[in-house]
Amino acid sequence: MAATAGSALKRYYLLYSGGFLLFVAALAVLEQHGMPPRWIGYSFLTFTITMYAAIGIMSRTSDVSEFYVAGRRVPAFFNGMATGADWMSAASFIGLAGTLYLSGFQGLAFVIGWTGGFVLVAVLLAPYLRRFGEYTIPDFLSARYGGTAIRLVAVGAAILASFIYVVAQIYGVGVITSRFVGLQFEIGVFVGLAGILVCSFLGGMRAVTWTQVAQYVILIVAYVTPVAILSWNVTGNPLPQIAYGEVLGEVGRLEARLFNSPAEAAARELYRERADDYARKIMQLPQSLTQEREDLTARINELKAGDAAMKEIVALERQRRDLPLDTEQARQRWEAAMFAAAARATPPVPHAAAFPGAEPEASWKQRVNFLALIFCLTIGTAALPHVLMRYYTTPGVRAARESVLWSLLFILLLYVTAPAYAVFAKHEVFANLVGIPIAKLPGWVAAWSKVGLVGIEDINRDGILQLAELTLNPDVIVLATPEIAGMPYVVSGLVAAGGLAAALSTADGLLLTITSALSHDVYYRVFRPRSSTQLRLVISKSMLLLVAVSAATVAAQKPGTILSMVAWAFSIAGSAFFPALVLGIFWRRATRQGALAGMLVGVAVAVYYIFRLEFDSIPWLGISGLRMEPWFSIHSNSAGVFGVSAGFATMVAVSLLTRAPAAEVERFLDRIRHTRTRRSAG
Amino acid sequence: MSASTYWQQTRRLTLTVILAWVAVTFGLGWFSDELNRFAFLGFPLGFYMAAQGTLLVYLVMIAIYNHRMRKIEEESGIDD
Repeated sequence: MAATAGSALKRYYLLYSGGFLLFVAALAVLEQHGMPPRWIGYSFLTFTITMYAAIGIMSRTSDVSEFYVAGRRVPAFFNGMATGADWMSAASFIGLAGTLYLSGFQGLAFVIGWTGGFVLVAVLLAPYLRRFGEYTIPDFLSARYGGTAIRLVAVGAAILASFIYVVAQIYGVGVITSRFVGLQFEIGVFVGLAGILVCSFLGGMRAVTWTQVAQYVILIVAYVTPVAILSWNVTGNPLPQIAYGEVLGEVGRLEARLFNSPAEAAARELYRERADDYARKIMQLPQSLTQEREDLTARINELKAGDAAMKEIVALERQRRDLPLDTEQARQRWEAAMFAAAARATPPVPHAAAFPGAEPEASWKQRVNFLALIFCLTIGTAALPHVLMRYYTTPGVRAARESVLWSLLFILLLYVTAPAYAVFAKHEVFANLVGIPIAKLPGWVAAWSKVGLVGIEDINRDGILQLAELTLNPDVIVLATPEIAGMPYVVSGLVAAGGLAAALSTADGLLLTITSALSHDVYYRVFRPRSSTQLRLVISKSMLLLVAVSAATVAAQKPGTILSMVAWAFSIAGSAFFPALVLGIFWRRATRQGALAGMLVGVAVAVYYIFRLEFDSIPWLGISGLRMEPWFSIHSNSAGVFGVSAGFATMVAVSLLTRAPAAEVERFLDRIRHTRTRRSAG
Repeated sequence: MSASTYWQQTRRLTLTVILAWVAVTFGLGWFSDELNRFAFLGFPLGFYMAAQGTLLVYLVMIAIYNHRMRKIEEESGIDD
């Protein structure tokens, strides 16, 4: 029965994938016959969202178990695919390759961290969560430790981590729709919201699961296609994951020639001077600001007295108007400009070099931060509720274990491709951009500098592009690869559809996590345990709507620090959940008080560390001078190193100081560990 | 095989996998620079391990864990 259902599913999804490829091929033909790019963008947007909506409507449900855990009938293979889409967000799809381009080897911490966590999920968590077999992560903690307090703390942490993350996804949807379809950013955000809601609102986990499978297919095809074509063009090998080794060697040779060329050194020297200039101006505040304003005024008056062109005067007046308003603003702006100039003044690092540094201390710092980031990302992966929840949906414990293997396989396909993107892009930049007269740069550079993702400044005024004069926004690597390789617009549309699928699928999973935390854990478990299933679903769906709309409203404000906030979400989730979950399963002696204290201390330490490093003052509390030196020179992205350690230490200490857990806990552990089989085997 | 041996074996297997995981993730990670002196498939080895090798090892680890667990569960007559 299960096998026939599985093969029917496979047939449906094969048909669906074939249909999608036919659709792309049809668009490619239409483009040859003069279909304008904007219409290609619209077609991709409408086609994919209609597909997701159709799946959502077909899987609509009013059954509680279907709504929260898809009826626990999702085969391991498909759950793996759904987890892959759930896991890979807009950040993985669009941002990762760019991060790898900019930070070379150091960026590989993301690749290792975002996959290594699944080993922990496989052996420490997934089988036990499935054997427990309820609905949410707070359910598990509350059953293991007993009491309402721990449930509420877990709900708080789950919402904190997931909400930040869902805002980033909706923001990503806005970016993609505005860039490829030409919708206004705010409208794009709400189109995305509609796409998310048709699935999760009608059918909860069941609809989300089946759309995520469909979204995975699109996102992986869209991610691999452009770089495979590029790889074929550059090396004659269509497998970029293998071919880029050779290209990496070539990049190394170009680096050796470029980095020390006199023109590069001269450009870097000019940036060094600019940075020094800003440093001096910051030192001399507030006089330097007054001075600057007076200088500009003097020049404007001088021009006005003479017969200079009106345009020139207007330009200077605008410059004066744009000056910082007060000392505080001047300090902030000039510091940012100083750091930007200083970054361009430092000699670049070879792409493949691990932990480079002039002195051992700099190298040690990089090594420690590399490992610390891996630690936080793995622990965070194994603690983010929207991923863990997926393992409740399989038919059994064995299927849960197998589906972790499938999840990792499907996720791996994207993560082994991302470094290839970075290397191919670097090869393109070093071989075909740097050293070229600025007037003769390829068309894609101009197209993307118009939207501000590529920046070129001819600081040494030689009319030729130096590496130091080029800035690339990380997002541009994946988005512009089709154009770099000279592919038709249909491939760009495909990439946009893939990015959209990545953002929507993750947002779906996250929204569902937040909703079930609010409706199931808070409303049903704490306030109204006797409410009817009908009412519970009504509450769930209204919560979903509320959370989705507020997330879209926050995203429409374009919050600036969104990417670092996502990294913090990992540290917070890891510090809150990992110790309590793992010790709860593997250590009989862990007590309720221990778990509560561990969770609170873990989150507090992580949040404290992020705050003291990232914020200097809280204006509305009148506190300033907060910034401190990092501990062991570890970056705030890796705050989880301290949060998780503090969480474990506190949990062990408090558990040992409090009374051993009661017999109920023994029974619970026997059940999830299967130490005492109640029914006879077989 | 009794239920408590089942748990003992599961626990031992879990510990082994976690130790191997730590060794690969942080041990190899720590020595990336040193590994980079060797070449593999045209890549510097340290870079290759971080970009692909470690990921494939993770996959193998989970596969071995699943296989061993299935064996253990067959022996103790657990099927869930």
